[in-house]
Amino acid sequence: MSAQFLTYLFVGLSFGLYIAIAVWSRSGSTDEFYVAGGHVNPVANGAATAADWMSAASFLSMAGIIAFEGADGARYLMGWTGGYVLLALLLAPYLRKFARFTVPDFVGDRYYSQTARLVAVVCVIFISFTYVAGQMRGVGVVFSRFLEVDINTGVVIGMGIVFFYAVLGGMKGITYTQVAQFCVLIFAYLVPAILISIALTNNPLPMFGLGSTVAGENVYLLDKLDGMTTELGMTAFTDGSKSTIDIFFITAALMAGTAGLPHVIVRFFTVPRVRDARISAGYALVFIALLYTTAPAVAAFARINIIQHIDGMVYADAPEWFRKWEDSGLIAWLDKDNDGTVRYRGGAAMSPATPQFTAERGDNGQRLLSNAPTANDNELYIDRDIIVLAHPEIAGLPDWVIALVAAGGLAAALSTAAGLLLVISTAVSHDLMKRTFRPDITERQELLYARIAAAVAIGVAGLFGIYPPGFVAQVVAFAFGLAAASFFPVILLGIFSTRMNKEAAITGMLTGLIFTFGYIVWFKFVSPETNNADHWWFGISPEGIGTLGMLFNFAVSFVVMKLTPPPPAHIRQLVENIRIPRAME
Amino acid sequence: MSDREKYWRANLKLMLGLLTIWFLVSFGCGILFADFLNQFRFFGFKLGFWFSQQGSIFVFVALIFVYAWQMNRLDKRYGVDEEEQP
Repeated sequence: MSAQFLTYLFVGLSFGLYIAIAVWSRSGSTDEFYVAGGHVNPVANGAATAADWMSAASFLSMAGIIAFEGADGARYLMGWTGGYVLLALLLAPYLRKFARFTVPDFVGDRYYSQTARLVAVVCVIFISFTYVAGQMRGVGVVFSRFLEVDINTGVVIGMGIVFFYAVLGGMKGITYTQVAQFCVLIFAYLVPAILISIALTNNPLPMFGLGSTVAGENVYLLDKLDGMTTELGMTAFTDGSKSTIDIFFITAALMAGTAGLPHVIVRFFTVPRVRDARISAGYALVFIALLYTTAPAVAAFARINIIQHIDGMVYADAPEWFRKWEDSGLIAWLDKDNDGTVRYRGGAAMSPATPQFTAERGDNGQRLLSNAPTANDNELYIDRDIIVLAHPEIAGLPDWVIALVAAGGLAAALSTAAGLLLVISTAVSHDLMKRTFRPDITERQELLYARIAAAVAIGVAGLFGIYPPGFVAQVVAFAFGLAAASFFPVILLGIFSTRMNKEAAITGMLTGLIFTFGYIVWFKFVSPETNNADHWWFGISPEGIGTLGMLFNFAVSFVVMKLTPPPPAHIRQLVENIRIPRAME
Repeated sequence: MSDREKYWRANLKLMLGLLTIWFLVSFGCGILFADFLNQFRFFGFKLGFWFSQQGSIFVFVALIFVYAWQMNRLDKRYGVDEEEQP
């Protein structure tokens, strides 16, 4: 059976499973549509949260980034897991006790203000759309590479599947589909990692294989990799090249952003009790850690395999995967010394650093480039996003593993997309319609609005996938930075301070938002040529600036809180109530 | 001090203790002192590298489970634990 047939089979089976679950768990009420009726078992919620959280970026991109950045990749590993500690200890149990449907619900009620609610709704919609655009694109890329259909067709198929279970099933449908998607994605991530770990280190557990010795040699794998990278003139794998302060701020922004992202928070409204919310965050992190502790191993294994298989390879003998990825423009070879052999060294091979292909082929059959060669010896460009997809092929694993990875990548992208789309539709039908503009609508009407909003949101997300705005990659920094600078402080202070009032919340949120937004826009769009450490404030890159925005938010909130009257008595009562799981006699 | 205040104080104390560990492990061992710790070995890892890529994640998981377990005890002691599900 060919790899392509197997891919169709695996992807088809997994899609069939998602649809069956959607039919079985249709939503009949707003309660079910928004929070799955609040009946989700904490372990199931943990798995759903893990699938919701781990997106195409975690599954497809993260290991590739670590493979090429080595130690600097820690900001993602710690940033995207450490946030769960904040979530479990500071937010989730209290928001569960509060027992409403959305994040703007909490902001609007706790700060007794429609303005605060509206600011929150705008943030939710902006953050979620930013995030979802990347997911639909990921779906399209997997389809086009493995099923050899057009990227746009892939996006449309993905939209159809999400439409089916998000519009029909709401949160209830999404939750149980996400549990299935988690199983698919973690299986697809671990199987190739285990096989490669056994091949390289004889250790079947990749997370420990990373700390083992190389099979048949008496040298630790990481030491060998450090040796290989330095020998080729690259930064040693276990050394970083980013400044400590930048890593510190980016990690903090990702952690606080994780804790403040609406599609993650809302998952904790779906469990029955406060104690379930606490433990559910723990299960979620266990499931996430399975992938996140494996990712650095996959990264190191991939780097070793790439160096061993590619450096010194005669292009005419290049394996099929090499040419396939070259045809998709994600691998490029610039034969600087005209010897027909690929050399992989430190530094960018060409200028500009991303390949600009001409229509012609060279003497060896390689695609020719219009880029100027750089002065170093490196001849190879590899897009880091292909590492997870290409690694099984590089390592020579059987076809069914490659098919499995395709199904896993789709599960990761679809589960995150569905969670985000639900948050968007809830923000429209519940926060905007029911709580703001049309409070007199019936539950049936609200449910109808929710379904229409979900359908429209899927359409818009699909358009983003088909016509990706050139800035998609650059705006991902927005989602975390803005969540860290807006929601995290406002929710935290709303729980831990009874004195916190609406004036402080609104000015704090706006300060954090405007500062973070302005900083990112300045360096990414207005003045991208100055986007380097010499011009950044305190050496903090736009990815990490959300941390500073968050600190400003806290500072402004404290000052304004002292200067304005305390909140009304019933709000203090509300805060006292959410602090204890069950009322005291 | 009322029971409500005592319960809240105990919660805050537990939370701050765990968050201190959270900070020391990730931002401390994983970032600020990573270079210093890299002179020590832990199996095939440099210690600072291990904390930043794997060790901190294991600690994060442990912190949440300790928190959930301790809070359940606290809930019971102050009689604010929730009913078993019907």
